[in-house]
Amino acid sequence: MRHLMSPLDFSVEELDQLLDLATDIEKHPQQYAHACAGKKLATCFYEPSTRTRLSFEAAMLNLGGSVLGFASADSSSAAKGESVSDTIRVISCYADICAMRHPKEGAPLVASQRSKIPVINAGDGGHQHPTQTLTDLLTIRSLSGTLGNMTIGLCGDLKFGRTVHSLIHALIRYPNIRFVLISPEELRIPSLLREDVLRANNIPFEEVERLEDAMPELDILYMTRVQRERFFNEEDYVRLKDFYILTKAKMELAKEKMLILHPLPRVNEIAVEVDDDPRAAYFRQAQYGVYVRMALILTLLEITV
Amino acid sequence: MLNISGIHEGIVLDHIQAGMSLQIYHDLKLDKLDCTVAIIRNARSNKMGKKDILKVECPIELINLDILGFIDHNITVNIIKDDKIVKKEELHLPKLVKNVINCKNPRCITSIEQGLDQIFVLTDEEKGTYRCKYCEERYRSPKRKSQ
Repeated sequence: MRHLMSPLDFSVEELDQLLDLATDIEKHPQQYAHACAGKKLATCFYEPSTRTRLSFEAAMLNLGGSVLGFASADSSSAAKGESVSDTIRVISCYADICAMRHPKEGAPLVASQRSKIPVINAGDGGHQHPTQTLTDLLTIRSLSGTLGNMTIGLCGDLKFGRTVHSLIHALIRYPNIRFVLISPEELRIPSLLREDVLRANNIPFEEVERLEDAMPELDILYMTRVQRERFFNEEDYVRLKDFYILTKAKMELAKEKMLILHPLPRVNEIAVEVDDDPRAAYFRQAQYGVYVRMALILTLLEITV
Repeated sequence: MLNISGIHEGIVLDHIQAGMSLQIYHDLKLDKLDCTVAIIRNARSNKMGKKDILKVECPIELINLDILGFIDHNITVNIIKDDKIVKKEELHLPKLVKNVINCKNPRCITSIEQGLDQIFVLTDEEKGTYRCKYCEERYRSPKRKSQ
């Protein structure tokens, strides 16, 4: 039995297979419509995340399975003080696969150690968010045809933004990847990534503060939201939340084929006027998220169609 | 000069950084063992100036030397049997440290989950870097950090 805790749990070959399956699902959705008939997905969300939870639920429903779960810690037994280990042992009796989001880092790993069913990390604090990474990889591969030979700009909250952390881990396995890390001083990437991942693997990168300076060289611009829930101090959040706003004017500096990605929800960091730009890929990205989660559920349940 | 008699079977930990012996006494959980322990503090040392020494009279399998490697791998471990030093154990950084240090990350699941072991994994042997198994928060032993 396999779990998914980090995007690195899959080798590059396994990841290719998963993305191939997702692409096939996109092309032939009807062939997969009953693949998970009789199977149940438990969505255990200890912190609110409408988007990721609904994406998982849509994925399971598209496969002909059913879903059960909770959408916040208040509506779960965690409010009564139950441990993650106990909860997953109980959930294992009710469902065939579990997607877990938790504000505490490492909670899904704790669950996987006690679980009798595959556990998918659907986001643990500021740590990992592997299915968002799978979504990002599928989007990039589907829209630009490759996962290598590109310069990727990561912009916004690079300190707490777990999607960014996971994406860096995943992309460095492909050839000729270069990063431009665009953030204010306070929200730069953690040392773990800078030293042990980027420098240790000789991945070229630069850290800049101005988005405009980086724009002309980027093949992908990955925007992130500054997340209020990651700050202990409201003042810091207010000061940093509108540090970057991508506008039509800034888009004029970008390459003709550059793609804009965003894990969503978007707040102010991308002006609505950018949505009609053909390079804006963030809503298509949400659709790819469903396909890749369908592929993941099938893979972890070892169901072949 | 203070004289403390030799031991019949057990271990002598020599070249402990002065002032660290009590911490090591607790980290090795020697307070839980029903055996004779001598703690010698600030002994004269040609090599270190001052040093601490611990003498523990007990079956050697009761002492977890892996933990000792994590605390300070420069300590000399003498294994005593029949009143003689039979072996000088070399210490290494253990691959994994369980329930010796706690994760300081307030966002880590170890801060709330009942009964969960505190596990740190050696991720960089050269730098002596340990990371929490769950949240990957970095921990470096204070001894190595100062080197």
